[in-house]
Amino acid sequence: MRRRARPIEPFLWLLFSAGGVLAALFLPVVVLLFGVVYPLGVIGPPTDPGLHALTAHALTRVVIFGVCVLSLFHWAHRFRFTVLHGLQIGRLDRVVSVFCYGAALAGSLAALVVLMRI
Amino acid sequence: MTASRSRAYRQAVPRLWWLRRRSYLLFMLRELSCVFVAWAVLFLLLLLTAVGNGRVDYQRFLDWAAKPWVIAVNALALAFLVFHSVTWFNLAPKAMVVRVPKQMLALAPKAIVRRLPEGRVPGWLIVAQNYIAWVFVSAIVAGLVMWSGS
Repeated sequence: MRRRARPIEPFLWLLFSAGGVLAALFLPVVVLLFGVVYPLGVIGPPTDPGLHALTAHALTRVVIFGVCVLSLFHWAHRFRFTVLHGLQIGRLDRVVSVFCYGAALAGSLAALVVLMRI
Repeated sequence: MTASRSRAYRQAVPRLWWLRRRSYLLFMLRELSCVFVAWAVLFLLLLLTAVGNGRVDYQRFLDWAAKPWVIAVNALALAFLVFHSVTWFNLAPKAMVVRVPKQMLALAPKAIVRRLPEGRVPGWLIVAQNYIAWVFVSAIVAGLVMWSGS
């Protein structure tokens, strides 16, 4: 891979790391509840007004936004190197990077729009 | 030696090197857990979009999430997310060295200081704190979600 000095690289590792922590702490319980427990009918899902009130709270929205943005950049960074190393295509770093971080950026903007609309 | 980097010897690595050993494959699966992190964010944003749109859309989301293939994807995602959490927490002490400040070490009993080489907080304690935080966060999120709409 190219060894050009890239001052942005440490910052990307920081995002990867912070996202890894937030994803590890928050995402399993979300998928457990809304992806498995409620669909299987183990317990009934929360009703709309209550869930709406919870997610519309400013603090909830800030936390969810942080989890979304950092988790997306965690994905981008890890996926970039998984693709580069796993398929042995290190020379395509630039294309892969633009796709990964671009997708994370787009996802972050989408999260912002979704959270502002609640 | 002034040989340019491009002419340096490089050992050829098979393209699918990670299929050759169990440990390599586990490493690759751990790295691929990030795909399910992205899926979880997407899923969460779909849920929040539906909640923002009101009761009809929220019910539509719940019906969609109850389709067998969506449950299957989420069950797989949950397995990978737990794999990510466990590997992430277990690696934390290797990535981060925590030391007790010298002033505090001076105040601590000798029996404790002897167990902290160079004032380092033992790895198992850092791992344990991570798991406690995981339980704590999960309980708060689950509690808030369940009580919000009951």
